[in-house]
Amino acid sequence: MIEWFTIVQVAIASVGGLLAVILGLAGKKPNDLVMGIAALVELLLIVQLVVAIAAPAFGNDATGDVLEFYIYLVSAVLLPIAGGFWALIERSRWSTVILGALCLAVAVMVYRMNAIWFVQVA
Amino acid sequence: MAHDTLAPAPTTRARGVGRVLIFVYVILALAATGRSVYEFIAKFDEAPFAYSLSAVAAVVYIVATIALIAPGPVWYRVAWIAITFELVGVLTVGTLSLFLPELFAEASVWSWYGMGYLFVPLVLPVLGMLWLRRSR
Repeated sequence: MIEWFTIVQVAIASVGGLLAVILGLAGKKPNDLVMGIAALVELLLIVQLVVAIAAPAFGNDATGDVLEFYIYLVSAVLLPIAGGFWALIERSRWSTVILGALCLAVAVMVYRMNAIWFVQVA
Repeated sequence: MAHDTLAPAPTTRARGVGRVLIFVYVILALAATGRSVYEFIAKFDEAPFAYSLSAVAAVVYIVATIALIAPGPVWYRVAWIAITFELVGVLTVGTLSLFLPELFAEASVWSWYGMGYLFVPLVLPVLGMLWLRRSR
């Protein structure tokens, strides 16, 4: 993992997720902006996946458990896809809230992945 | 619960704000399952009790998620049972982890009332019950 990239990713997912939840609660159906946020979050996750696969070759190894790291990463990659499909099937305000909520969940998961990669308490 | 079959249009509870609830269930089921799979593969011997509990929690979340999505009175009842089990589980394990922390040297989803999951496991069954009651 690259620390600055991870921080940017958590920030985008948090702010974008919060924005989508607010827009959804305000009654907005999933528009290009909200779908764009989810797509951007997904894109960053795929970049993160590539980085994670490539990093050990450059001497950037995870300090924590790699298996645990990838369970988080793969789960996170699946979330925007699942939520995005749901938003396309039923275009209601609640789909917007769902897209926001999943971005927030991704933010938490990436934060956890960061801790697994860099910070070892025990 | 017979009136569930009398209503013409709604074939599923996965509508409106309930969809948000279901999606949070999907996320939690995914998180609990992922965690449980990892614990079983990597370190089951360290804390068999806490890890078995994680697995039970994961299964209950999966069942609850399916039961909330699936239509019909039978699934409605399954949803009630699963969600009640969740609430009892999070309260019991949460209390136990406070008073008998040695049982939970390694955290489970329900330890400390689900604090590691931002208390979502504590709030979700209550919201689920309110939703089930409303969408009967």
